[in-house]
Amino acid sequence: MLELRNVTAGYGAFTALWDVSLRVDAGEAVAVVGPNGAGKTTLLRVISGLIAPGSGELTFEGHAIGGRPAYEIVGRGIAHVPEGRRIFPALSVADNLKMGAFLPAARRKFAESLARVHALFPVLAERQKQRAGSLSGGEQQMLAVGRALMSGPRLILLDEPSMGLAPVMVLRLFDLIRRVRQEGYTILVVEQNVRQVLKLVDRAYLLEVGRIKMEGRAEALADQDFVRKAYVGL
Amino acid sequence: MIDPLFLAEAAVNGLLLGGVLALLALGLNLIFGVIDIVWIAYVDLVMICMYAVYFIVQVYGWPIWAGGLASVALGAVLGLGVHLLIISPILTSAPVNQLLATGGLLFFLQSFATFLWTTDHRSVRLALPRLELFDMPISVARLVAFTLSILVMLGLYLFLTRTYIGTAIRAVSQDREAMALMGANPQRVYLVTSAVGGAMAGVAAALLIIQYAVHPFFGAAFGPITFMICVLGGLGNMVGAFVASFIMSEVIAISGVIWSTEMGYVIAFVVFIVMIFIRPGGILARRG
Amino acid sequence: MTPARALGLLVLAVLAVTPFVPMGVMGEYTIHVLVQIFIWSFIGGAWSLMGRFGLTSLGHGAFLGLGAYTTTLLWNFFGLTPWLGAIVAVAVTAVFAVIVAYPCSRFQVRGHYFALVTLAVGEVVRLLIIAERDWTGGSLGVTVKPAGDDSLLALQFADRRVFYYGALALWLAGLAVWWRVDRSMARSAMEAIGEDETAAASVGIHVTRFKVGITVLSAVLTAIGGVAYAQYISYVNPDTLAGIGVSLRIVFAVVLGGMYSMLGPTVGTALTIALSEYLRVLFGVKFIGMAETIYGLLLILFIIFLPSGIYGTVRQLVRRRRPAAASA
Repeated sequence: MLELRNVTAGYGAFTALWDVSLRVDAGEAVAVVGPNGAGKTTLLRVISGLIAPGSGELTFEGHAIGGRPAYEIVGRGIAHVPEGRRIFPALSVADNLKMGAFLPAARRKFAESLARVHALFPVLAERQKQRAGSLSGGEQQMLAVGRALMSGPRLILLDEPSMGLAPVMVLRLFDLIRRVRQEGYTILVVEQNVRQVLKLVDRAYLLEVGRIKMEGRAEALADQDFVRKAYVGL
Repeated sequence: MIDPLFLAEAAVNGLLLGGVLALLALGLNLIFGVIDIVWIAYVDLVMICMYAVYFIVQVYGWPIWAGGLASVALGAVLGLGVHLLIISPILTSAPVNQLLATGGLLFFLQSFATFLWTTDHRSVRLALPRLELFDMPISVARLVAFTLSILVMLGLYLFLTRTYIGTAIRAVSQDREAMALMGANPQRVYLVTSAVGGAMAGVAAALLIIQYAVHPFFGAAFGPITFMICVLGGLGNMVGAFVASFIMSEVIAISGVIWSTEMGYVIAFVVFIVMIFIRPGGILARRG
Repeated sequence: MTPARALGLLVLAVLAVTPFVPMGVMGEYTIHVLVQIFIWSFIGGAWSLMGRFGLTSLGHGAFLGLGAYTTTLLWNFFGLTPWLGAIVAVAVTAVFAVIVAYPCSRFQVRGHYFALVTLAVGEVVRLLIIAERDWTGGSLGVTVKPAGDDSLLALQFADRRVFYYGALALWLAGLAVWWRVDRSMARSAMEAIGEDETAAASVGIHVTRFKVGITVLSAVLTAIGGVAYAQYISYVNPDTLAGIGVSLRIVFAVVLGGMYSMLGPTVGTALTIALSEYLRVLFGVKFIGMAETIYGLLLILFIIFLPSGIYGTVRQLVRRRRPAAASA
């Protein structure tokens, strides 16, 4: 479904990703893990179009998406839940979800998408009128994911969803992501919490200093070595 | 002692003026909140629209409501034009360059107006009845202007909170990148915002021309007040600008009747400086 | 003796003898334009002390006005020599600058917001001058009371050439101040502040003190420039010396010439004054307002197409040629 081939990208003179190649097949859940500063966020930003790649190819469902603007890539079926959630703090929960369905195609399916989001995250239905900035961290994360679902995507990019959440909340969140996956969405998640995310996904990549150092099936990687490397680096 | 009736009259006039000032401040704030650029030449756009109304109504004899509609349309077109021709190319430039661009527009508009229409003051004469409220003479023009400005602001409020594109505009002002991830083309949002901001300038122009004469340096009279109001209310803060408009207009009106019009400005300035010390973020510091 | 230094000395030598070169009718006019260029370059340099560190002020007209009006009014009403009057002007301007800069620094008023605050301040000084028309002359301005004869005490001279050398000295002094600031600790501190205030504060840089300090320096120098201009022209007027018009012109000249170099403001000022004069002569009194219209239009075009100013653009072009030379 999504394929990156030899992608290099960065910010100005600084290159954050070197020659990255990876693959996500439809229906899969894939993780990208690695130490801080490895370039994980940059990776997702290149895929969703917030940054243009310096070189390399990105294809989604056969279409070339490298260098296309973000609003176009969303239209193709990729939703990005950014690092730090980035919900609109002064808008209500309901308005945040409305914004998620900004695209005309998404707006046509608005009622349907909203029902699905409310079924997955009942708390969002409860707190519809509440100002998004006043939600707890976990609720904001759910709102961010729900908002992404409103655009009717087939692939969802999650950037560090567990960041800043209490351990109990993290377990709940990953459960919810599992349920989202079960609804048929393909997931690419970038995470620091290696142990938890490996329980969620089928495959994982290890990204270090901008390069893919390792990849494999989640069960195979869930050993001490991989986890240690992911946290501390080689 | 000042006759309390004069004070009351000044207070009412201040209130009525505040309505139109609020339109100016809100338009400027809307654009800044979304695009992050201050249109220094904003009040000069108002000036151009005022000339338009003058020519349509006073010279060609069309009814005032036609002039008003034309002004709104012209304002929107000017807003779009400014964004496409001047703002778009410099969106990623340094702030000083962005300010110089709209500053250059200010020079251009003021001088071009001088060239086209000389520095003569032009006004629109409307045959309106005089109103008396509790022994106070009230200008009907002012009253109408105030009422319409309140209605327009209400309209703006509804637009920003009840419509899709309006909510999107608010969202962009809170997080531009996140909104791009929702599928919104930032350029399109900017264009709508610029058009709305320009349209508001057009409305303000129609409401001002029935109270004040227009001349090329009209911006020099109303510009500083508008900027002070925006800073006082907190740049980008719509509610703050609304409140600040009335504070400023009352200060100017009441000081104007106690001392002189210009002293009114001076006192407003002192208030402004004091507020900067007490609340640099504006009287209602920006949330979120 | 490097080629640059030799060129600099040559230029200085030419400037030093210019007033004595027989130019006939054009003589007086040339001197007049050069004096303006010296004074406004000095003022531009003063602005650039703030501008280069990201403190974009659109209200320097306020400091100009304060400087010019203080000395002029003190001389006209009290006979106080402008030399002392200038000291008062400097003090008044410094206090004023602190009042404006302090809350802005402490509460992180920056970028467009800061520019807007300074713009409002500049405009209000103009309005203040107009409001107090009883002693400031309002929009009609005030003429410096003639001292009768050439007087060093009153800083008035019949011979323009005296002003010429005074302005030249002022301009050179401004360059010297720029040089000192550029080489000082303050420069590194301000650059750190410009990049990341919090980081700068965390290594012990007293952010507020530096920001206010550089603002005061810039303001005071601008005020001195205002005094110089008032003495030369013998007339002060709120529109030429305060308000947004003059503030924008200063900024434009500096940005056009190059905000980060010592001679940038001078180059920019020389060009904008030359342009202004050319347009004025071209249109004369035939099409009032046309000269300014074209000026405004050119300003917009320059900013869009030459964002790094002349210095910056030239530097970029030179850099592009170098890699070709330094191959292999």
